[in-house]
Amino acid sequence: MALRELSSLEKYLELKKPNKYSTQGDKKVPVLQSNNGAPQVGLVTIACYLVKEAKRSELLGNSAESRAVVQQWLEYRVTRLNGCAKDDVKTILKELNLYLQDITYLAGKQFTLADILMYYGIHPLIVDLTVLEKEQHVNVTRWFDHIQHYPGIRRHLPPVAVLRNRIYTSGH
Amino acid sequence: MASNGQIRLFVSEGNPQCLKVLAALEETGVQCGVQCVNHEERVVPFLSRPALPALLLPSGLHIFSSNAICQYLFEVKGQESNQLCNQWLEWEATELQPALLQALHMAVVQGKSSDVFNILQASLNYLDQGLSKQSLPYLTGEAISVADVVLSAALYPFLSDSSLALGEYKSLKAWFDHVAARHSFQSAAQKVLQGKGLQGMKSYMQRQPLPQSSVCRDSQPTNNGTPAECDEGERMVSEEEMEAAALTWCKGLNSSPLVKERQHPILPQEDKKNILVTSALPYVNNVPHLGNIIGCVLSADVFSRYGRLRGWNLLYVCGTDEYGTATENKAREEGLTPQQICDKYHAVHASIYKWFQIDFDFFGRTTTEKQTEIAQDIFWRLNKHGFLVEDTVEQLRCESCQRFLADRFVEGICPFCNYAEARGDQCDKCGRLINAVELREPQCKVCRQTPNIRSSKHLFLDLPKLETQLEQWLDKSTSTGDWTANAKQITRSWLRDGLKPRCITRDLHWGTPVPHPDFKEKVFYVWFDAPIGYLSITANYTDQWQKWWKNPHQVELYNFMAKDNVPFHSVVFPCSLLGAQDNYTLVNHLVATEYLNYEDTKFSKSRGVGVFGDMAKDTGIPSDVWRFYLLYVRPEGQDSAFSWADMALKNNSELLNNLGNFINRAGMFVTRFFEGCVPAMELLQEDKKLLAMVSWELQQYIQLMDKVRIRDGLKHILNISRHGNQYIQVNEPWKKIKGGETDRQRAGTVTGVSVNIACLLSVMLSPYMPTVSQTIRDQLNAPQSCISTMFQGTGTFVCSLSAGHRIGTVSPLFQKLEVDQIEALKKRFGGQQPEDEPPKKKMTAQNAASSPPAAVPTTAAPAAEVATANGADPEKAKLLTQAVTEQGDKVRTLKGQKAEKAVITAEVAKLLDLKKQLAVAEGKSLEPAAPQKSKKK
Repeated sequence: MALRELSSLEKYLELKKPNKYSTQGDKKVPVLQSNNGAPQVGLVTIACYLVKEAKRSELLGNSAESRAVVQQWLEYRVTRLNGCAKDDVKTILKELNLYLQDITYLAGKQFTLADILMYYGIHPLIVDLTVLEKEQHVNVTRWFDHIQHYPGIRRHLPPVAVLRNRIYTSGH
Repeated sequence: MASNGQIRLFVSEGNPQCLKVLAALEETGVQCGVQCVNHEERVVPFLSRPALPALLLPSGLHIFSSNAICQYLFEVKGQESNQLCNQWLEWEATELQPALLQALHMAVVQGKSSDVFNILQASLNYLDQGLSKQSLPYLTGEAISVADVVLSAALYPFLSDSSLALGEYKSLKAWFDHVAARHSFQSAAQKVLQGKGLQGMKSYMQRQPLPQSSVCRDSQPTNNGTPAECDEGERMVSEEEMEAAALTWCKGLNSSPLVKERQHPILPQEDKKNILVTSALPYVNNVPHLGNIIGCVLSADVFSRYGRLRGWNLLYVCGTDEYGTATENKAREEGLTPQQICDKYHAVHASIYKWFQIDFDFFGRTTTEKQTEIAQDIFWRLNKHGFLVEDTVEQLRCESCQRFLADRFVEGICPFCNYAEARGDQCDKCGRLINAVELREPQCKVCRQTPNIRSSKHLFLDLPKLETQLEQWLDKSTSTGDWTANAKQITRSWLRDGLKPRCITRDLHWGTPVPHPDFKEKVFYVWFDAPIGYLSITANYTDQWQKWWKNPHQVELYNFMAKDNVPFHSVVFPCSLLGAQDNYTLVNHLVATEYLNYEDTKFSKSRGVGVFGDMAKDTGIPSDVWRFYLLYVRPEGQDSAFSWADMALKNNSELLNNLGNFINRAGMFVTRFFEGCVPAMELLQEDKKLLAMVSWELQQYIQLMDKVRIRDGLKHILNISRHGNQYIQVNEPWKKIKGGETDRQRAGTVTGVSVNIACLLSVMLSPYMPTVSQTIRDQLNAPQSCISTMFQGTGTFVCSLSAGHRIGTVSPLFQKLEVDQIEALKKRFGGQQPEDEPPKKKMTAQNAASSPPAAVPTTAAPAAEVATANGADPEKAKLLTQAVTEQGDKVRTLKGQKAEKAVITAEVAKLLDLKKQLAVAEGKSLEPAAPQKSKKK
């Protein structure tokens, strides 16, 4: 899972040489064995490394504030979304839905690595939502649809149909 | 939450995460206001649980991750975290924290300090190794970094406590002692723990959710549950309920008379529930689309099938509505006579409904002798009682074509902007509404001759005179019957605006002739004529039609329709019948659906978008599956959309994996493990609980179906098979059958109960999926009497396949819909090609303000296009609000002036469009696309 994400990210970043990854532990934490020095461990760590390699550090935020926001959502991704229990799904969707109410991307107006990894991570949750649930989380759905159509992002994941017309006007 | 350009940090006492940020703050010396708040204070508005610490940035953004806060503080001071730093921080968040939380919970809440070391061992090991590999004082080098602060602060509560023996972790111990000795740590620890060590965190930890052990965290599957399962938590089942369900179960099939074969003609009977069901008459000149089908005939069919199974004496009639301009035009287009058109399309309709298994008792048509007879009778009665008034209307008449021209058959120069090709109702250039007689140099669009203005006398139904009577009847009918909310609301709004006389005659040929000598050559307006079709169609079914239609005391009338048809059934037609004063049966239950859209647009015959009735069978998807999906998304209470992907999903998840899977497994167990004979059943408490749950679902189903909540009823069927699947999964009869005597008996009970539930499901499915329902009963070799038994009273779940019953051959009921198959269908029916349309004029705020509302470029912009603008625009909203008000006034004025129906309809469409744009501009989520047209009466 994490390895496919990283390989999709590499393609998006147009990195020429694909890296070799392995995993460690029960949780299959990704490991990047680089030529120059110690291995990089962890999805966020490796993703940030790839972004820097591709000289696309704007994807990590272009101010101290936005960098903090990006790091926070990357952490949210790996701590809350990875292996989340069924009960957590609703909470996560609710929180993101509220957060995304008046912003376009996780870091506000700017597309960042946080959007990419959050999209990869939340995809299995969104796939399972009913039409009604998607509508109950209209901001997440809108953000998700936007990211999945963001050029070069979707890669290994199937598209999720998002209806533009509401079926249910309210929860029932 | 203004932050006044300053950074503010919110912390709470005894919160271990706050130790990190306070230490980082001290370490970096960043200027920052610190506020200590209660644990439960929700500082970050979007998080469900209170999250502290939280940093409020000058921009108003919140940072709620303690690690990100620390990183930020270090960066402000000029120390951006490097790769290695990031790696330690990620490890801290994903590996160390879960273990720490668990350890803290053990130590602080449960008081089991002895377990702490085991929980933390792996993490401590990892950290110690990381430190010893590089002989550096700090994690990332010679100087302290954010990683050192975060990790040592995280471990501080335990490592500062001497009870945890660090023993052999030499590198770790050295590093920690070094960092923790710093002033920043001492000061932060004092603030958070107040010198109480671990106990300082007690009140905080007690409020935290129980940490999951890291093992179960990972093995949790992500959201495999089906949606309906998630929606409804476990309902509590009481002992009494279980006993009652077990008692009912034992009753077995009753010997009460079976649901009898229908004998035509069906007539009302004394001491019976006599139900008359109609669905809105589909207009003949078009092929019905899925929206039409679910809106009327299919909904009425499900209800009728259900009613018959309930043992009601029920008659379901429908037919094609065949008179009117549209038919005349279609005939001209196709070079046929109107009668030929009607014959042709009536057959098309009939065959489509047959394919959809719509079980009419009679499917007739309006172009019959009986129609003329009954319509003229009602007309004369209205005339006799003084409910008709005369008035003169000016119209254009083409002498060469020998007919009055409908608005859309005239073209000319716009009197306002001189546009040469203005239509009879509206100018395409300036958008203003035009009265056809105002056009300069008008031309007949058919022959290009100049029409003359002729005044023509018409008859009007005097609705205002009938208003009081109508309201009295409505009060009674809506309070005692099951009117859908939209039906009541639409009716109320018509009455609130006040009723106006309505023209009932037209200058046409193709219609029911007006019998009055002063109005020769005229026919009845279709809205007056068409509902009378219900009566005349029944009259063509049986000579004794009056027993249904002039018998309000014995008969309950259900009208099914889409919401656009409501006023004609709740106001106009009842007025005709009330005014005719002949003891007519008036509607008791008016059941109106909302609209069904197609994917993200509306059905459009001209653009080839959407699935039309005649194409459904070419998809290779069985009629029952179509019925299931349409009923599953029945626009009950709110608009809904047909979506191919969703249809495949529902087929694969609900029909195949849930319903079909359960029924098939139940049958297969009987076949494989018990030689095809239902085994003996010894009910345990667990089985009784299941029986109670299933009975409850059945009772809900019956209650909902009695109230015509068709879509909701279906949910309960699916709930039952979900319960069933769970029951099988938990009891594993396929394993138990290989076990000892007790286990084998258990396998028998579970199989027997399951196969009986399958039988119940077949009964409940019958109104929705008649073929599948019968197939299941055939496979189970179920006695037909099970139907009448289970649908008795409030619903009775009995054991209908008792021990020893031999079942038939079991085979799968449903097929998977594959992605490529669905994609191909989606393409074929154009759900993805609305962008083929020419680009639409976009409305700007300026022209909404400066010109009258009618000038706003009109309607047809598909909702999908509008929907892409997701931002709110207050300025535009203000202008649009004004435009909506003006357009609303205009519609009311037109209605007041008894304007042509078509004119009003067009204006109403514009009004709706404006409202839609307004909703977008206000940033509201978009309401569904403009409604599909079902027929107007």
